[in-house]
Amino acid sequence: MLQVVTANRLVEGDVVYLTEGGQWSERLGDACRADDKQKADALMETAEQAVAAQLVVAPYAIDVTTENGTVRALQYREQIRASGPTIRTDLGKQAAQG
Amino acid sequence: MYRYDEFDQTIVDQRVSQFRDQVARRLSGELSEDEFKPLRLMNGLYLQLHAYMLRVAIPYGTLSSRQMRRLADVARRYDKDYGHFTTRQNIQYNWPELKDVPDILLDLAEVEMHAFQTSGNCIRNVTADQFAGAAADEIEDPRIYGEIIRQWSTLHPEFSFLPRKFKIAITGSPNDRAAVKVHDIGLRMLLNDDGEPGFEVMAGGGQGRTPMIAKTVRAFLPKEHLLSYLEAILRVYNMYGRRDNMYKARIKILVHEIGIEEFSAKVEEEWAHMKGTSVDLPEEEEHRIRAHFAPPLLEVLPMYSPEFEDRKREDAAFARWARVNLFPHKTPGHAIVNLSLKPEGGVPGDATAEQMEAVADLSDQYSQGEIRVTHEQNLVLPHVKQADLYALWQSLESLGLATPNVGLVTDIISCPGMDYCSLATARSIPVAQRITERFDDIARVHDVGDLKIKISGCINACGHHHVGHIGILGVDKKGEEFYQVTLGGDASENAAIGKIVGPAFSYDDVVDAVETIVNTYVETREDGERFLDTYARLGLEPFKEKLYGTR
Repeated sequence: MLQVVTANRLVEGDVVYLTEGGQWSERLGDACRADDKQKADALMETAEQAVAAQLVVAPYAIDVTTENGTVRALQYREQIRASGPTIRTDLGKQAAQG
Repeated sequence: MYRYDEFDQTIVDQRVSQFRDQVARRLSGELSEDEFKPLRLMNGLYLQLHAYMLRVAIPYGTLSSRQMRRLADVARRYDKDYGHFTTRQNIQYNWPELKDVPDILLDLAEVEMHAFQTSGNCIRNVTADQFAGAAADEIEDPRIYGEIIRQWSTLHPEFSFLPRKFKIAITGSPNDRAAVKVHDIGLRMLLNDDGEPGFEVMAGGGQGRTPMIAKTVRAFLPKEHLLSYLEAILRVYNMYGRRDNMYKARIKILVHEIGIEEFSAKVEEEWAHMKGTSVDLPEEEEHRIRAHFAPPLLEVLPMYSPEFEDRKREDAAFARWARVNLFPHKTPGHAIVNLSLKPEGGVPGDATAEQMEAVADLSDQYSQGEIRVTHEQNLVLPHVKQADLYALWQSLESLGLATPNVGLVTDIISCPGMDYCSLATARSIPVAQRITERFDDIARVHDVGDLKIKISGCINACGHHHVGHIGILGVDKKGEEFYQVTLGGDASENAAIGKIVGPAFSYDDVVDAVETIVNTYVETREDGERFLDTYARLGLEPFKEKLYGTR
């Protein structure tokens, strides 16, 4: 099962994903994907350091899949979180992504 | 309306300073998230699905035009140009940034607003009949007591860490528009045999995963003893309420487990100990608060305005709106006006900053500068001259606030659901939108008549689905949204919990199911029967048969 780590930025509250380089991106596609528990644990460890550094809050791992090179969250809740409210496509990440 | 005295203002101002300091310490790392979370929640700041969410208290649903303008200003300056009015008569902003929240709270404090008691295991912001002080059927303005409860409960040291959150609702009318029987404490004003006003005190109501109708603790409480009696109930709850299991911690579980007789006996015993103490409000203080709610000086007018009657004859659309969106005012020649926040395809309870500002202006022009928020997620202008109704309606039409559907099938309560809420298990808003689109023929909506649909996106029941005439609960079934439908719920003085009609429907099928239920009612109703009357006469069976007969 592929996993990525998500959280919210402390200051703004935006949904973010942990990238390969230990940065936080607003795009799910940028997230570093863990394909085993050890890697997922390592990502969570990095995330906890970011919590301690006041960068993000409430990190957790989510299940994802890749389809034609595109990363997609498995849970519907996480799909909404990754794009924005389904009822207001002018809000959330989907607004910027057009 | 109540105006803050120096004590109220000092408390609110100090809280803003405290929170500004707490946010600064959080951002500097001095406070961890674990330390900070309870502090932000005490100020109405949640972390939701996409962002932070700030819930601002609107005590007993009353706003001045000045306050509404400020709410619009907050939406515009710090959020995304809109706010969401909730089933607790509050407003929520869905996109504030943590760094801005101290400034938002400061702006709100300038107009006597705050986010106290919008979260946590305390006595929450008290809710009331939205027609308070205006309704023709009212015994007394419940906001007087709502304000007394607000002052008593705010920062009450004994009741700041209850087993669980605690909600009090109050109605001054025998016709319950505040859903008091599904609150931890429900207060219903009534007259005793000597014609003196007091309260029927009910406790143990609630929704969530274990819905219960409140039971009567005391059939008549003289109103001067309101605070001591509430304090006695809270003490009993605080002492015996469960703290070992959050799902069993609400007062409804205590009342249910020990029974209303034993619960009432404990309350009465506690109350007896308190007799003669200083908990009850001194008479002069009650008078001071009461004076703030003195009825506005409305012009004495004939019962019916000829102009209003003429306009209704001339304009069918206006007449249709007037038929369902107005409510009788206690002052002849006036009306209470409901502004629907449920346009076809709209998000129930959402209002743009522009709409909020326009409502503030209209309230100044037509309604003594007063606005109400309803637990059914609409707005109200409580004091409008009948002769002004046509002009007001025209303005509301241009603002998209004149949908003639109050109390009808498209006037749907809906929680934010999975589009915003981190607790939700399914979406609720798009279900509401699709139902309003299905019932897009307003003549049909009026023909169907009184019918309340209420939708929750999870078992916590913020969308009041248990007391919807048709209730819809969104659930997650193996990663897919399904919707459990209940029938026969009622939030009125005849409160009832709806019964599950059968297996849940998929997201695609749930709107068809609602339409089948409505059509079954229309086909089987007898003369003058509302949906609930037909349901009471026939029960679930005919609806079940139509919904599942071929399965």
